[in-house]
Parts: sequence; structure tokens; C-alpha cells
Amino acid sequence: MAGLGTRQTVSSAKLSNTYDRRSFVLGSVGGGVGVLLAARMAYIAIAENEKYEVEAESNRVNLSLIPPRRGWILDRNGAPLASNRADFRVDLIPERLTDKDRTFAVLAEVLELDEYAVRDLADKVETSPDFQPLEVATGLSYDQFAAISVRLPEIPGVIPQRGFSRFYPTGPTVGHLIGYVGPANAEEYEEEANPLLITPGYKIGKDGLEKQFEQELRGKPGARRVEVTAGGRIVRDLDTRADVQGDPVRLTIDGPLQDYAARRIGLESGSVVVMDCNTGELLCMASMPSFDPNSFSSGIGSVEYAMLREDERVPLRNKVLKGLYPPGSTVKPMHSMAFLQAGISPDEKIVCGGGRRIGNRFFRCWSNHGVVDMAKGIYQSCDSYFYHFAQQVGFANVANFAKSMGLQQEFPLPVTSQFFGTVPSPAWLRERHDREWQPYDTVNASIGQGYYLANPLQLAVMTSRLATGLMVEPSLVKSDKPRVFKSAGFEPENVEYVRRAMSDVVNGPGTAGRARLPLEDILMAGKTGTAQVVGLNISDGRSGPWKYRDHGLFVFFAPLEKPRYAGAVVIEHGGGSGSAYPIARDVMTFLFDPVKGLEALRALEEQWGGTAQERLTRKYAAYAAAAGEDVPPAPTRDEEIFDRVEAEARVAARKPEALATGSVSSRNETSSGVSGPPDAAAPTPSAPTRDVGAEE
Amino acid sequence: MNSIIPAPIARQPWAMLIPLFVLVGFGAMVLYSAGGGSWEPYADSHLIRFGACLAIAAVITLFGRDFVRFATFPAYGIILVMLVGVEAIGAMGGGSQRWLELGFIRIQPSELMKPAIVVALAKFYDTLPPAMIVSWRALIPAGALIAMPMALVLLQPDLGTALAIAFGGAVVMFLAGLPLKWFALGGAGAAAVAPLAYFFALKDYQQRRVTTFLDPENDPLGDGYHIMQSKIAIGSGGITGKGFNNGSQSHLDYLPEPHTDFVFATMAEEWGLLGGILVIVIFGLILRWGMQVARNTEDRFARLLAAGMVATIFFYVAINLLMVMGFAPVVGIPLPFMSHGGSSMLTNMMCIGALMMVNRWNREAPRARFA
Repeated sequence: MAGLGTRQTVSSAKLSNTYDRRSFVLGSVGGGVGVLLAARMAYIAIAENEKYEVEAESNRVNLSLIPPRRGWILDRNGAPLASNRADFRVDLIPERLTDKDRTFAVLAEVLELDEYAVRDLADKVETSPDFQPLEVATGLSYDQFAAISVRLPEIPGVIPQRGFSRFYPTGPTVGHLIGYVGPANAEEYEEEANPLLITPGYKIGKDGLEKQFEQELRGKPGARRVEVTAGGRIVRDLDTRADVQGDPVRLTIDGPLQDYAARRIGLESGSVVVMDCNTGELLCMASMPSFDPNSFSSGIGSVEYAMLREDERVPLRNKVLKGLYPPGSTVKPMHSMAFLQAGISPDEKIVCGGGRRIGNRFFRCWSNHGVVDMAKGIYQSCDSYFYHFAQQVGFANVANFAKSMGLQQEFPLPVTSQFFGTVPSPAWLRERHDREWQPYDTVNASIGQGYYLANPLQLAVMTSRLATGLMVEPSLVKSDKPRVFKSAGFEPENVEYVRRAMSDVVNGPGTAGRARLPLEDILMAGKTGTAQVVGLNISDGRSGPWKYRDHGLFVFFAPLEKPRYAGAVVIEHGGGSGSAYPIARDVMTFLFDPVKGLEALRALEEQWGGTAQERLTRKYAAYAAAAGEDVPPAPTRDEEIFDRVEAEARVAARKPEALATGSVSSRNETSSGVSGPPDAAAPTPSAPTRDVGAEE
Repeated sequence: MNSIIPAPIARQPWAMLIPLFVLVGFGAMVLYSAGGGSWEPYADSHLIRFGACLAIAAVITLFGRDFVRFATFPAYGIILVMLVGVEAIGAMGGGSQRWLELGFIRIQPSELMKPAIVVALAKFYDTLPPAMIVSWRALIPAGALIAMPMALVLLQPDLGTALAIAFGGAVVMFLAGLPLKWFALGGAGAAAVAPLAYFFALKDYQQRRVTTFLDPENDPLGDGYHIMQSKIAIGSGGITGKGFNNGSQSHLDYLPEPHTDFVFATMAEEWGLLGGILVIVIFGLILRWGMQVARNTEDRFARLLAAGMVATIFFYVAINLLMVMGFAPVVGIPLPFMSHGGSSMLTNMMCIGALMMVNRWNREAPRARFA
């Protein structure tokens, strides 16, 4: 080779020789490369053909799930409480974003998002898992939808589509009952690794019945095979399988009644429960103020969340199930029945001398009632009567009876959670507070104060059982099978007696004359209650700061002779029962005569400034304008919100216990003097501020 | 030769030209498909450029031996100055730039350097006395001739072109008869320097290309994307392909650069293994013709020049095909005569022109010699 020629002289001929040899080598190498390439290509194209064909196909064809249309939630008459609305929507998948700022800018421009919405969106992109589709907007106009679709190539990760969104026709009035829907979060996806959960536009039930009936309502997703470019642009549809809509859930709720009751609560914070006391079907479970589930379904905005959270009337709490209140005098008919069951004759009388001595102490009544029998004890709400007979019968017996009537009881209902409250008894007190039962405990408990706590649903069930003498169980889902309840074991004449006494509360010489129904032939019976929330040294319960005012309660049933409906109204800090029974009256009026009921409501709403939904919308706008920029973001997980609301509800429910160690006399039950619903924003300081002056 | 055909036409190197026309025509079809089933914007300009470059090649064919010998070093010098000019303009403009704007035409001097280096080295070894081929004087000047443009091109930075220049130069040196052990040493040296170069000389994205090439599946949505998609295109084509204009990988944009660097994948998807074999065979025919042209000449200058031109074309073809099949990193070298792009078409047609020129010398020289 040439290398050997170092010592030889190298000639042209030799170089030519070298060239020939080396060019042959190079030619062979080149040919070898050619063969190698051909072999490699044959290997890829033949041996691995199948694999790459599949990959090319999976590139080309995009299988996307079509979120199933959610089943409707219907009221007892088949009218939708939650339905679906066809709309155009835009979602966004964070992991596919290339230029966040630019994408947000384009979205804000085309969708006309305000700065808060953009900021919330940016927060969500930061905090949620990358694969999770986030909703940007729903209910787009066709022009907006088209504008986004055209600009897709410059904003990868944005997915406009036609779909269905959940629609709650009556908005906030069903918020607590129905709940709302939202995109599944990371934990929910972990729990149920269903690709549907991370399909853009798919939402699961987050609260209330939407959550409870998730599986029934869900339906089966459809699928769409499309040819897509690498950039995600859809070239054409290949084939489509339609979705199967979820099953409807039919409730016992009467939609119009629910809406009416919620609206009738007006500016107050409270709840209305109405049930059919023959079937146990719940006709209405209104809790106000509330949130608009329509606006929650795209995620809870920070401004909206801050507004709801700062509101001392806790719009996020379902007060029907999680509002616990001292039942006050509303338990008196039930306690009377306990006395009757214990063998006390209704004609046994005591003398109320503005109070009564129990043990060695004198306990005050709210008035001097003179000679009092059971009926008068009920319709005049005489405390002394109940002090006396509760002491005579023994409160442990009364407590057992109260529990059998539904208090401190959880009902088998499809709800996310219910607080069951307390019926105090000597055994309970020992266990819970480690002290012996004292006469003043009997005194407090006998008039529904002290440690006594119940939720509005329990009060409604109690009233149903009392009015019918049957162990009525509440139900929320409509069933065709008639339910038969066993007898509570009351003597018919005792049931009749208590009914009559409760009728007298409204229609006789009782404490709630103004609750009489404006109907010729139907009488409503009921019982007022006023629950003190702070000591007399802080507030007289009727004026002063909203949060110190007494709760107003009213339990009722109608018609008197043949009870069909029973219910309870609880108005938080309403200043006494006078805030509650007019609502009960109007709700029952509506139930029997909708036109008359609506007339009453219309006049009131004019005064309040619109329906609940209109007021909520306006409030939101005002709040956003005032506080917009400084609001902290809402928790990204809805669960955190629920936990917080629930924890606060528990704390709130425990507050009255502070009062329980002293004695409380029930409040003036003829408190018709309390003016109309005061607005928390502008409390009406009509009464002298003798007790609250220091607080202000 | 058949007497029906006029002599000037009959004496053209049809053994190379026919395969070349077929290849360019085939390339135009592939570009027609890559353009979404349209002559615009790739296929038509591809053919126009080929026509223009063919004319340039025809002019080169007419160059005389003496003229070429005379012009070699001045041309090399001018191109080197242009490379410096590109650097200077890039530095002033605050960005990197590879071309010179001459008003009516945009010239990429690094492309011109590929044939120029071959000619310069051929001239150098031709004038070097044969006895000196084993001495340092055969190596150092030639090394400098290669190193200067390489360094300038690397500064641009354009690794692919720098390697092409080095490859063309090395092949000429090899064929010139330099001692084999120098190549062995050079190879060993390069192997030793490669890791250092990888860590210190290559830019981030270039390093990633190398790691990606070693393991493309590792990051199929990132840097491995190009190679994966190219293999999917070739593999899914199978033996006969998906049919003209039916490639989903190219039409739906999964294949990156379907009209330039990955034009072979675009072709293979639609024409399958048969199309691929056809292309490889045609390149084989053209290159073999080039080697024959080199072998047929007795003139050392012409011989080295021709072989170097073949090597330059071969480098393009081999690296491009190795790349699209996942055997080489993505270096941005187009496939001659098929990829859409003026610079590569010009360079390769200049090489073809040089080969036809040597072929003409061959045809005329024996006559002159034995006349």
C-alpha cells in the first residue's frame, strides 16, 4: 500500500494505481451504503409496516368522546329543574398550550372576557393538572365560535366545540337542593379513571342531587372519529356514534312551589320545607340566599366566591339540612303530645304567674297567662306550662319521644350530608358535657332552648307526624309505589286535640293571627317559635346587629281537618317568629291558590327589587365593581369549599350552647310588631339601642 | 450510436441524464403531492430551478481544462472572501446569516465552496510532485485549504455544510494517495475529539439532535418527533405505498419539512418500498456514471476533480437518506434533485456540470492525444 512506499520514490503510475484501488474501495463503500439503505428501508416498510401503519393511523385519526347529555332532573310533575341547553363552548387543555399570554389575549379579545375572568383562567391553568381540560366560556354566539375556530392554528390547546351545558331554569332557588356540575378534578379522576372525565366539556355532579345521582344522570358518551392535522385542525369527520342521554331523575319536589318559597324568603336568610304528610314526599326544600348553579358550572369565579363567602347570610350553606337552630316554642305541640302519651290529661291546669317555680328557683315566662291548660299552653305558647309538666313527666321521657318524632334523626335521603342536631337528655348531658342534669336544663329544653338543636327538615317531619299520627318518613325521589306508614300510637282524640290547639295559634286566640290563610275554606294550623341566639345582656333579639337577632320559626300543617301538607319555616335572625309565619302563610296560599300567592309575592318583590335571581345578578355586578381587583382566588377544589362551609355550619350550630348553662325564657310570641324583613346592609335601628349600644 | 440521432445529441451522457431527468421528474411529482396536490408552490419552481441549473451545468461543461486550472485558486479565494463577508454582515446585522444579497440574486457562498474545495484540492495534488505525496507538504497546505472554509461555515453555524466540505476534501486527499496511516490517525483523532466537541463545541439544540438520534422514542413529542414521524411515513407506506397524493403523514402535517429534508419520507409514504428502491437505484446509476467518468480519464487533475464531485453528491444523498431512516442525526441536508430548494439544486448541478465537463474532456482528449 501507499503507506509502505515512504522510502520508495512515488511515481505517477504508482499514484494512478493507488487511485484505482482506492476508488474501488470507495465505490464499494458507496455501494454498501446504498444496499444498507435499501435493506433498512425494506425492514421499516415490510417488517415494521404493521406497527407504523397503526401509528400513522393513530396520527391521522383522532377519536374524541362526545360527552353524553346529562339526564334531566324533573320535579314531581315532570317539569325540568335541571335540563341541558345546546350551546357553543370553548375549553382549553393546559399541556397543549404553547404561548399562554398570547392565547389568553386572543381568548379575551374574541370572547370579550373581563380581566377577572382572564386572571381566574390563568390561575386555573397554573394550579390544575396539565391534562385537565378547563372551561373558558360557554354560551358563545355563533360569531364568537367561528372567530375562535378560525384562529385555532395560532392558539393550540384551545378547543371550541358544540355541546350541551347544564341549565337550571330557576337558578338560585334550586342551588342548594340540586347542587351544580363542574369539570372533574384530579382526585375524582384518580378515583374513577374514566377517560370521559377528562373529555373537554364533560362535567360531573359536584354537590347536591347532581352529585348523588351522578351515575344515573351520566349516560353513555358518544364518539367521533375525525381526521386531524398535526396542529389539531379537523380535516373531516370519519364517523360518529351518538351519545346516550342519562336517565332522568324525578323528584318529589314541586318546582313552582320550590321557586315560590325561595323567592318568598326574599331578603331574609332562611329556609322553607314543605312536605306531603300523607306520602312523606318533600315538595319544597328552599334555602336562601343561595348561589346560581348556572354560573358555578364553569368553575367558581374568585369574585363570585368572595362575594358569597363574605356574606354573613352564608349563601353557600344549605340551611334545610345544615342549618341547626334551637327549635324554640315550635316543639311545644310535640312536647304536649309527649305529656299526653305520659298520661297527663289535657285539662290539667297550672297557674302562670308570669313564670313558675321549678325546684327552688323561679323561672320567668314571657308573659303572665293566668290559668293555663294544654291548649292554652300551646296557642298562647305559655312557658310555665311546659316548665311544669316537663319537670313532672321527666325530661328524659320527653327527649325519647322527641327523637321518635324525628328530631336528632338522620333521614335516608339522597343528600350529600345532613346535620342531625341535638335533643338534650340527662344521659346525653353526662356524656357530652360531663355534668348532671339540672332543673334549669329541663326548663330550657322544655321550651326548645338550651342544648336543643334541630334542622328545618326535622321540624317539618315532626309536624307531619304530629298532624297525622303516622310515622311519616320523608322522601325526595318520586316513586309510584304508595308508601304506608305505621301509626305513631297516639289516641285519635289526642291528635285531634293538638291539631285544634295548633289551629288556635293561627285561627284562634293564638300567637300568630296574621298567619291565617286568606282562603275561605282552608284552615292552616301551626306553632310559632322564637329562638334566642345571644344573652339578653347583648341584645333584646329584635333590633340591633343582624347576627344578634332571634331566629324566627314556624311549623305548620293544612288543612286542619284532614292534614295534607306540613312544613317548617326558619328565618335566621329574623327577629322573632313574626318573620317566619307570613312566609308560611304565603307559601301555603300559593299551594292552594297559586294566583293569590303570586299576587302577594309580586308586591313584595317590587319592594325588594326583583326576583332572587335578578337581585343576585345585580349584587354580583356591584360587588365586582367595588372589590374586583383585591379578591383572593377561589379554592381550586370544590371540596375545599364544601369542607369550609360545613365546618363553619357546625361552628354556627354550636353557638347556642353558650346560652344553655343559664336559663332562657322564650320570647314574646306575639311579636307581630317586628317590622318587615330588615336588610342586613342597612339595619333598621327602630328599637332603642339600650342593650347593644356598647357593641356598636 | 444510432445514425438517426444527430451526433451532438447522441454524444451527450444519456446514461446519466436519463436517470437524472427521471429523478427530477419524480421529485416534482412528490413535491406536487407535498404541496397539497398542486404545482404551486413547490413542484413548478422545482422544475424551473432544475432547468436553470441545467443551463449552468451546460455552461460548465464547455469550460476548457486550462481555463479551469487557471481559475481554480482565484475562484477559491473569492468564495473564501465571500464567506468572510457573510460573517461580517451577520456580525454587523446582529444575527447569523448564510447568504449574500447581490441585488438580483442571493448567493450562499458555503454552497459554492463544496465544489470549489474539490477543484482546489485536485489542482493542489495535481501540481504536487508525486514524490512529495508522503511528506508533510502534501498534508499541511491541503489541510489549510479545507480548514479555512470549514471554520467559517461552522461559525455560521452550519454543521451539515462544514461536514460536506470536509468529506469532499477528505475523499480527494484519500484518492490522491496520501498514506493510509494518516487517515487512520485522523480517524482516531476525530474519535477522540468527538466527545469533546459534543460537550464543548456543539450548541444545545445540536447536542439534543445527537441524543435524539441515539434514542428517538425517548421523546416522541419533542426532539425525536421528526425522526419518528419520518419512520412512520416510510413504514406505513409498505411495499407499494398509499398511492399518489394519498400520504396522510405529509398531507396532515405530521411529517416535518415534507418538501425539503424529509422529501424522501413523503415519497416513500406514497410510493412505498418500490419508489424508495427506484430512487436509490437512480442515485446509484448517476454516481456510478460519475465514478466511470473519473476512471476513464488519465489526467490526475480531472480524475480527482470528478471523484470529488461524486463524493460531494454522495455525501448529500447518504446523509439525507440515513437521516430520514433514523440512522443519522437530523442535520438539515436536503436530498439532491428531489428536495425543494435552490441552493442544493445549484450545488449538485454544478457537480453534475463538472462531471459532464470531465466527460467531454475524456471524449476529446484521446482524440487529441492520438491525432
